[in-house]
Amino acid sequence: MRILLIDDEVELVSTLAERLSFRGIDADWVCSGKDALKKIETTSYDIAVVDIKMPKIGGLELRKMMAEKHPGMKFIFVTGHGSEEDFRAGSEAAGAEYYLVKPVDIEDLTEKLKQVLKR
Amino acid sequence: MDIKWDIIGTEGFRFMGKMNASISHEVKNVLAIINENAGLLEDFTLMAEKGMAIDPERLNALAGKIQHQVQRADRIIKNMNTFAHSVDETKKKVDLSEILVFMAALSERLATMKGIALEVTPPSTPIAITTDPFLVENIIWRCLEFSMAVTGTGKTVVLTADKKDQGASIIFSQLKGLSDASSRPPFPEDVENELVKSLGAQIVVNEGAGEIVLGLPEGPN
Repeated sequence: MRILLIDDEVELVSTLAERLSFRGIDADWVCSGKDALKKIETTSYDIAVVDIKMPKIGGLELRKMMAEKHPGMKFIFVTGHGSEEDFRAGSEAAGAEYYLVKPVDIEDLTEKLKQVLKR
Repeated sequence: MDIKWDIIGTEGFRFMGKMNASISHEVKNVLAIINENAGLLEDFTLMAEKGMAIDPERLNALAGKIQHQVQRADRIIKNMNTFAHSVDETKKKVDLSEILVFMAALSERLATMKGIALEVTPPSTPIAITTDPFLVENIIWRCLEFSMAVTGTGKTVVLTADKKDQGASIIFSQLKGLSDASSRPPFPEDVENELVKSLGAQIVVNEGAGEIVLGLPEGPN
């Protein structure tokens, strides 16, 4: 499976990718919506794990742009904002498979990635 | 002077909420990074238990990253504390340069989210005025929020402060979209006008120069 992690916090996204690799999941990462759009020009990803709040292009807007180019791509949203209930409602409305609230539990993320791919 | 305190009060809550939401989001990010780095340390420990060699340099770098994030959180919380205490007194002698630097730091994340940089060039000497610190912070934020709206993505808002005969000025400059009155939001509006009245201040929008000047008196009315 091909996974793209997108978060403007470089230390967060790079460490998350390394920890996923220890769990048998290879993931690429970028730190902006712009770089994510560039990345999907050359690589086809199965899942994008996207931070909702990012500079310039936010997660929800980015999802729309990425889904237009790759309609089959699945999304998991991550946020540091709001209550889980509010976030779940927003994520479902925006078409995400799952939502996660920061700080992310790596085992939870690993499990959700596997579940999304099984669908 | 007829001041509409209900407008100022509502705006004060909105301003406090906006800043607290931004601060809490940033703290969440810091915690998430610490969480991942601590988790990575845990992963390394499990690997070591299985007999894999762990590079001590890698552990040292991880410890450094965690310390860096703790320092970042400390800065954020100090700003939050300063902000919270700005409502303590309604009349206080303050250094306007310090307030300007503080407001730029407090607003930095919100500016970054819009793709805008804030550049503060404080004067070399302090500018002392006696005022309501929270209301001054609030009007600076309102001017800054408008400045960011008219400077456009990828631009820089420059903030400076000047000592004047009877007070001081804060200048928000490099506002490229200020001259296009047809597309920009109106400014100042009721909220800014009421804040300005309560502070005995004034706002001058200089479209030709692409700047807003916020004039503040040396003391209360």
